[in-house]
Amino acid sequence: MRNHYDQADVKRVIDDLAAKVAQAFDPREPMNIVGIRTRGETIAQRLTRMLQARGFARIGRGILDITLYRDDLSEIGPTPIAGPTEIDIPLDGIPLLLVDDVLFTGRSVRSALNALVDFGRPSVIRLGVLVDRGGRELPIAADYVGIVLPHVPADVRVNVRLAEVDGVDEIVVEPKA
Amino acid sequence: MANKSAFRWKRKHLLALEDLTVDEIMHVLSQADAFKEVSTRSVKKVPALRGKVLVNCFFEDSTRTRTSFALAASRLSADVVDFSEKTSSTSKGETLIDTARNIEAMGVDIFVLRHPAAGAAETLSRHVKCSVVNAGDGAHEHPTQGLLDLYTMRERFGKVAGLKVAIVGDIVNSRVARSNIWALTKLGAEVILVGPPTLLPKTFEKLGVKVIHDFDSVIGQVDVINMLRVQFERIKSSQFPTVREFTRFFGLTAERFVRCKKDVFIMHPGPMNRGIEISSAIADGPQSGILTQVANGLAVRMAVLYLVTQAQ
Repeated sequence: MRNHYDQADVKRVIDDLAAKVAQAFDPREPMNIVGIRTRGETIAQRLTRMLQARGFARIGRGILDITLYRDDLSEIGPTPIAGPTEIDIPLDGIPLLLVDDVLFTGRSVRSALNALVDFGRPSVIRLGVLVDRGGRELPIAADYVGIVLPHVPADVRVNVRLAEVDGVDEIVVEPKA
Repeated sequence: MANKSAFRWKRKHLLALEDLTVDEIMHVLSQADAFKEVSTRSVKKVPALRGKVLVNCFFEDSTRTRTSFALAASRLSADVVDFSEKTSSTSKGETLIDTARNIEAMGVDIFVLRHPAAGAAETLSRHVKCSVVNAGDGAHEHPTQGLLDLYTMRERFGKVAGLKVAIVGDIVNSRVARSNIWALTKLGAEVILVGPPTLLPKTFEKLGVKVIHDFDSVIGQVDVINMLRVQFERIKSSQFPTVREFTRFFGLTAERFVRCKKDVFIMHPGPMNRGIEISSAIADGPQSGILTQVANGLAVRMAVLYLVTQAQ
């Protein structure tokens, strides 16, 4: 299995993800794209631009911080910094695409779903992720996946780095720091 | 996020701002931003402290602080138990530590303590396993008030460093003043204490602040005026001549207000003695941050409760 995906790979993966999303939604209808802080939000930004280029004109945008909804705070190391959630758009009755970088245990997505219902009732919620690395601990699956990395051992990390946040686009499979 | 691993909050208790580093203070303030957002939602509740129990232990009267802690806890989904001295066994002679240990035995995660004795929260923290948050101990400190004042100033001016802040009135009896002094000086603000010599001894200069007995000599220079409540219940008669004389020399009156900087920010920790330390028109006017302080207090206390619980 490859351990490193560079900028060109990342571009291909995001393009792929955008194509799958574009096929599944109607460009004439409103839709909301909500990214999970931090890198899910960056991917959501890029997806939004790519969908707009494909004629999606009615995209509402939001940012979700799930820190306060987590059930695994003690297991993820140092006290995570909770940031503000920014959902100033109406969610009721509109399809919503939830975006994250890596889908692993499914616990982040579970937290995000709990958080979202406090803001409204979308007509459907779909999940798009850049990387699905397996290892689910909850009955959760992504609807649109950029790349699947099967058989990554649980003690190995899959780190997505993005230029806007990390200065570089790459996906790295590496031992836990 | 780069700062995610750079800083780790380790304090199980919040006892005094004197103990906190600049990084710790800034961490509370940035966490408070996230919690402020929660209060703007239609569902004003997050599950962060679900299943935790907070006891509000107040041995002195309080409206704002007690309500603020209770509301902060319930917005974090914690359960709140109210404990008040007057209806409790402390009136039968039980000591603070015994009372606290008995309550703790029922499964408590956070004690919020207000007590007339300086050091009460620190003492309690050495005798219980749960977190202790100081909600005011005598004339010593009121750390969450200091933090919310700081948060409010930072929100208004975008920064704290370099601000000139006057704290005016009954300094010697004020725990709010002490917490403000520690926090503001650590963050690089210039603190000017103003009050009569009986309520503001020169020894405060040791804390790295200016001590001034003539309000009018500094009023035009300061960015923030934090008016303290005249604490009639604590003042000895020899410290305080008459209310009228105090108002004349140290009250924030309309005549004084016109000599302030145009963008001066007026603060008061409450409860106010209207017409004594501050005129009603100023307290309710456009430059008053008094109700903003109360609103921010909720966010800051949510941040504090969240952080001390994570450090357990």
